[in-house]
Amino acid sequence: MPSTPPEPAAALAVPRSTELFGWGRTAPTGADLRRPTSATELRRALPDPNPRGLLARGLGRSYGDAAQNSGGRVIETIDVDSFTIHESDPAADHVLVTADAGVSIDRLLHSLVPAGLFVPVTPGTRYVTVGGAIAADIHGKNHHRKGSWCDHVESLRLQIADGSIVEIGPDRDPELYWATAGGMGLTGVILDATFRCPRIGSSRLLVDTDRAPDLDTVVELMATGDADYDYSVAWIDLMATGSSMGRSVLTRGRFATAEEVGGGPRSDPFDYRAGVIASAPPFVPGGLLNGLTVRAFNEVWFRKAPKMRRDELQTIPTFFHPLDMVAGWNRIYGPGGFLQWQFVIPFGTEPILRRIIEDLSAAGCTSFLAVLKAFGAGNASPLSFPAPGWTLALDIPTGVPGLAPLLDRLDDLVVEAGGRIYLAKDSRVRPELVPQMYPRLDEWRSVRERVDPQRRITSDLARRLSL
Amino acid sequence: MRDALGAVQSVLVLGGNSEIALAIVDRLVEGRTRRVVLAVREPDSAQRSVDRLTAVGVDASAIAFDALQPETHAEVLGAVFAEGDIDLVISAFGILGSQPEFDADPMFALRAINANFGGAVTSGLIVADHLRRQGHGTLLMITSIAALRGRADNYVYGSTKAGQDLFAQGLGDALVGSGARVVVVRPGFVHTRMTEGMKPAPFSTTPDKVAEVVVEGLTKGRELIYAPSILRYLFAGLIHAPRLIWRRLGG
Repeated sequence: MPSTPPEPAAALAVPRSTELFGWGRTAPTGADLRRPTSATELRRALPDPNPRGLLARGLGRSYGDAAQNSGGRVIETIDVDSFTIHESDPAADHVLVTADAGVSIDRLLHSLVPAGLFVPVTPGTRYVTVGGAIAADIHGKNHHRKGSWCDHVESLRLQIADGSIVEIGPDRDPELYWATAGGMGLTGVILDATFRCPRIGSSRLLVDTDRAPDLDTVVELMATGDADYDYSVAWIDLMATGSSMGRSVLTRGRFATAEEVGGGPRSDPFDYRAGVIASAPPFVPGGLLNGLTVRAFNEVWFRKAPKMRRDELQTIPTFFHPLDMVAGWNRIYGPGGFLQWQFVIPFGTEPILRRIIEDLSAAGCTSFLAVLKAFGAGNASPLSFPAPGWTLALDIPTGVPGLAPLLDRLDDLVVEAGGRIYLAKDSRVRPELVPQMYPRLDEWRSVRERVDPQRRITSDLARRLSL
Repeated sequence: MRDALGAVQSVLVLGGNSEIALAIVDRLVEGRTRRVVLAVREPDSAQRSVDRLTAVGVDASAIAFDALQPETHAEVLGAVFAEGDIDLVISAFGILGSQPEFDADPMFALRAINANFGGAVTSGLIVADHLRRQGHGTLLMITSIAALRGRADNYVYGSTKAGQDLFAQGLGDALVGSGARVVVVRPGFVHTRMTEGMKPAPFSTTPDKVAEVVVEGLTKGRELIYAPSILRYLFAGLIHAPRLIWRRLGG
């Protein structure tokens, strides 16, 4: 047997590497992944000597490369996950919660809901961490009334590049706070945060469903009726063309009171069970989702929805997190992965919204249901995504022919309308468009310059878009 | 950085006057590529390409690189990576030579081996180390369909390419988990300056067509690309064809 040569020094100098990717499973990069198990260990990560910097990562639900740091260090925060629900005046409409950045909305809900509380904002998945919620300034179905996650934060602790820990909030160093809100984790490592959680009357929602035959109808329904609901979102079939282009199912609701939930054997008004009922197989061949299968799925889904239904009781998982019932659903797109494209354009630019949807329908872009929502007011953050207007989000397999030029064209329309795309979803936008989409980018950069002049906190997203 | 659709922002071409590589670059700059470094023996020889790329807004430059001076590779490549991440390295240099030339001058055969195989290994190992350190990046090795089976009319060239091809395959496997990867491209007969006057083999192609197939393969995340694609299926059979038949086909 040949003898094994000694390890060359060069190989030893390269840290052990783990490939990381986002939810879309595209463009993996290698990083030195660390997973601290205590708050003390987490705080020791900074300052970091690695020339390629450091980045905190939560549950990896951003679609693209926002939670990757190629060649550098990535600190997975999810094992540091304690939280406290503070005592409060029973008459107050909210309760303060302090949670480590690694705590997921999933974990919070298991404690909050039985106590008659909810999170201020939830996206379409409960598998996001508090740190990620702040870094992406996440939004949900209640944006038109309650704004985004960072509108509900009282304070947070941020460890900046030099290792020092600062406590910030809307009233304490607001400049750094709002740069951290939606700052994609690039101002430092968020350690924990205190935020307001609203009281709820029960764990069920009273939901109204309206089936809209086309785009104009759904836009009209939302523009005139959303104000009457706490939560609102439309699922839109982008594969429908012609007179049914933009056909949608609009679901809107509010939390029911205990009385509205009514009696019965399962009558605990705060009963909360959120589980996974299925799991996507570990390997799925590509091409399973094609024009035919997706068109058929969308057709069935549209037809099974009631034309109009009022006051249907739904559970939290059904109403807010339907996709979470299938673990690893992102694998159904096959080895090529997929991306999500989400934009917002201002109210008053509906003709551009129509054009974008027409272009997507015409391209026969294999897209499962897309989500359409009317946003309310934005906040003070320079990089926060939500702004008053229409937001549309759609998942597309990367293998769709001509996808890159199509999305480039659509990005131009978004810019023309004065809109932007969501950085937490992005995996392919042209870097030169970012300053146009986020005109306050330089303001954000100057805050980053203040806390991290050497760019020791960085990510693949930051590299790709030259943030 | 490479994006979700396989587009890259910065490209280094080893053998920057290669028509195939330049055709690939031309397609990439239509996408996201904004920085191109052409590594060539004589930087002046690439000036026209640099000017053409600069004219379309690309940060383009030419640097001196000699495949036959392996001792210089670490320094030359280190300087490129020190300027910033490289998302795609196209290894496209090589000496074609015809079999009669090699027969007449065995030292010329050795030069081809040193360039096509030796230079690809030294530069490939150095590039791989940089890609591993930056945690991402693709090394695109242009080998040849001639690497798959020895043929009477090109076995010296074919064997240099076979070495390079095998090296690239193994390197790709060694890089799994690092974020870096290797893509092997096996073109068939390509009409270029290099092949002018040679008798084209069946399924011959052009640099632009090779580039089209390569860019599509990069988008799809392929590890092995044949150009034209039909060669993959053709050679799946030919590689096992009895020698008698292979000889007849080889002419």
